[in-house]
Amino acid sequence: MSGVATVMGYALRESLRRRVFVIVLILTVCFLALYALAAREAFSEVTEFRGVVDEQERILFGATLLGLAMFGTLFLGAVLAVFLTLGVVRGDAERGLLQPLVVRPIGRVQLLVGRFLAAGAVCALYVFAVYLAAVAITDAIGGWSPDRLLLPGVSLAGGMLFLVAVSLLGSVFLSATANGIAIFMVFGAGLVGGLLGQLGEGLQSPTLEDIGRNVSWALPFEALYQSGLSALTEDTVGFAKIVVNLGPFGGARDMGAGIWPWTAAYTALVGVLAAVGFARRDL
Amino acid sequence: MPPALLAQRIEKRYGRTLALRGVDLEVAEGELVGLLGPNGAGKSTLVKIACGLVRASGGRADVCGSPAGSAAARASLGYLAELFRFPGWYSADELLELHQRLTRSTGGAAERLELLRLVGLDAARHTRVEAMSKGMQQRLGIAQALVGGPRLLLLDEPTSALDPVGRRLVRSVLEGVRNRGVAVVLNSHLLGEVELVCDRVAIMRDGLIVADGTPAELARPRGVEIDTDAGTELVPAARRDDVPRLVAELVGRGTPVYGVRVLAGTLEEVYLEAVGEATS
Repeated sequence: MSGVATVMGYALRESLRRRVFVIVLILTVCFLALYALAAREAFSEVTEFRGVVDEQERILFGATLLGLAMFGTLFLGAVLAVFLTLGVVRGDAERGLLQPLVVRPIGRVQLLVGRFLAAGAVCALYVFAVYLAAVAITDAIGGWSPDRLLLPGVSLAGGMLFLVAVSLLGSVFLSATANGIAIFMVFGAGLVGGLLGQLGEGLQSPTLEDIGRNVSWALPFEALYQSGLSALTEDTVGFAKIVVNLGPFGGARDMGAGIWPWTAAYTALVGVLAAVGFARRDL
Repeated sequence: MPPALLAQRIEKRYGRTLALRGVDLEVAEGELVGLLGPNGAGKSTLVKIACGLVRASGGRADVCGSPAGSAAARASLGYLAELFRFPGWYSADELLELHQRLTRSTGGAAERLELLRLVGLDAARHTRVEAMSKGMQQRLGIAQALVGGPRLLLLDEPTSALDPVGRRLVRSVLEGVRNRGVAVVLNSHLLGEVELVCDRVAIMRDGLIVADGTPAELARPRGVEIDTDAGTELVPAARRDDVPRLVAELVGRGTPVYGVRVLAGTLEEVYLEAVGEATS
């Protein structure tokens, strides 16, 4: 276990030193500033038009804006997850960074676990913090907070852990550039699948709904994102709920409690595949 | 006491290419063995198999009695790759501390300072890797390989980026660790360096060891040169053992002898004879 902790410390330090982390932090500050500006404009426009913001409008604007913020957070988190892990095995081996570590008696599995825990912790904490910041901004400006305060952030964090595991698996077999491209394509496929599902719901097309549902289960970061979106207005009823559900960043689908063990098992399977691939790899 | 490295009929296949074709090599404790050969001969592959970085397709390799690649084997060795890089944001001292934790070394700051002093980097202990020259990084790499007191040191081209002074320093480091009982496998293209420092030399070609012995054993006798008042006389068939007799005969004939030299082939000549024109 001490080997895992050592690798984790090494990887955490590497994560925080990398330029991508600074870039993501700068982007995050810009994103949150723009989000605050957009929230202020949206709520003040309604106030100017009607004099007051009624509860249904507050839910509608708050949930839609926060859904948008969650999408942005998911994207920034994915950027971080991919760039922190895209070259962990093959990329680092090609640069000569990996060999001095692998010949030590810690073992390849421990090395991979340490890298996963470090990148997973950075990305999960990052998306959770950005989500909470967006919630605080929405509450401060619009006076609305989600029905489930923590669950959407936890869902985003869970999605990050899955993406980190997939990126680590890719790094065993692909060069850093190829892995980065592949993971972003997987990420894009998940988002497109989710949008198709929402379109299917709106158009009442069972085929599109099936595609969306299958993609969500195949790429559970998308399912968790959808569940997180759903938790924003979980207790909401009436007109606002219907309109939020129709919006692109609104109600989405609750995938049920089964998505959590499924994601955990899936992530573990991806980790096992990465470990087996790494163990068999000549460096 | 098991040998530091025991390779028996090691084979390695990369697709259709047979990189190693049944290599046998034994390195005893405290022995400094030079591994020579043209690019592509299989030297780095053999060293990587010993480290556990590459899996052999056939045969068996043991490090200090444990199968190569096992945790016990990796705990017994230190390694410096030909192409290596350390994270630029680490200082020399921090890098060694990281490797102390990875090897579970209990040497602490004293071990780190001793190793940095050994490779002449004690003044640069707080210098970041990114601010170091390639030569300094290579010396730091040697210090890193020595963390935890390995019983087998595997060095793949450790002096390729060093200037003559740096090379001499590394030679003295290698002699020092050998004197402490550490076995060293030195993979190098620098024949002169290998000849100067190694107890034994193994020459590889096309995935096989084609010559193996001490530099003196490998050096083919080329006769004896004798300086007399008539000039220098070469006796091509003579060896070292023939010198007393040759000198006695000359002196007996009243010919003054001013000097005698036993001629032997250089390692370079032996190497070129062993590998022919093979190169990458």
